[in-house]
Amino acid sequence: MISVDDTVKFHFDVDGENFSSAGEASIIMKKSLRQLGFPQNVIRRVTIAMYEGEINMVIHANGGQADVEISPDEIKIVLEDSGPGIADVDLAMQEGYSTAKDNIRALGFGAGMGLPNMKKYTDSMEIETEIGVGTKITMTVKT
Amino acid sequence: MRLDQLAEKLDLKHICGSTDREYDGVYAGDLLSWVMSNASADNIWITIMSNLNVIAVASLTEVACVLLAEDVTLSDEALKAAEEKNITVFSSGKTAYELCVAIAKAEEE
Repeated sequence: MISVDDTVKFHFDVDGENFSSAGEASIIMKKSLRQLGFPQNVIRRVTIAMYEGEINMVIHANGGQADVEISPDEIKIVLEDSGPGIADVDLAMQEGYSTAKDNIRALGFGAGMGLPNMKKYTDSMEIETEIGVGTKITMTVKT
Repeated sequence: MRLDQLAEKLDLKHICGSTDREYDGVYAGDLLSWVMSNASADNIWITIMSNLNVIAVASLTEVACVLLAEDVTLSDEALKAAEEKNITVFSSGKTAYELCVAIAKAEEE
């Protein structure tokens, strides 16, 4: 599985139509990271951050792309969508702030903890967003 | 304590998954992001949510089991996912509060 340059890459299409399968990419990553021998704490941080991102793309952006690059000392997760963009990033980063609809809340989401959790569980997080164009989030977790 | 020992003391209904795992502490909550932020690996997670996303969250947080309060039942697709991912699920007629109290008592015995 490890390539010559010691970097393993994964690409996932996150289906925006299928809410119940959201999280499949994170679950696949969990299995792969476990096979590669990463410690439980690292796996937990990477997969929770990625899952929150996946859910966000399904709720807000009708899906998107997730790319993961695994090297021995760092795991990089890039989430990119063509959704509406985030109007106020500082506000979106506040715990408890959410624009999710009631049907999403009924599923247990929309607590306004998605982005804060992504930041909490990663060592760096960068948000590039443009209204009407989309959002790209790059996160890294040091192993 | 092991899950099967606790299940016997509290008369929990076993839905699926292995029961010989040790648990460590309890987390109760229904907002999934909140659970992902605050539940610890090996916790018992008490919730009234029962959709497919609950199984994904249980898997990612590495909780010891999902304990469904107030006789909530898993949807067919959630049950299938739990079996595939080897997530342990129990249910009980008690409320989340009653379960917390009962677990605390069982640990003192």
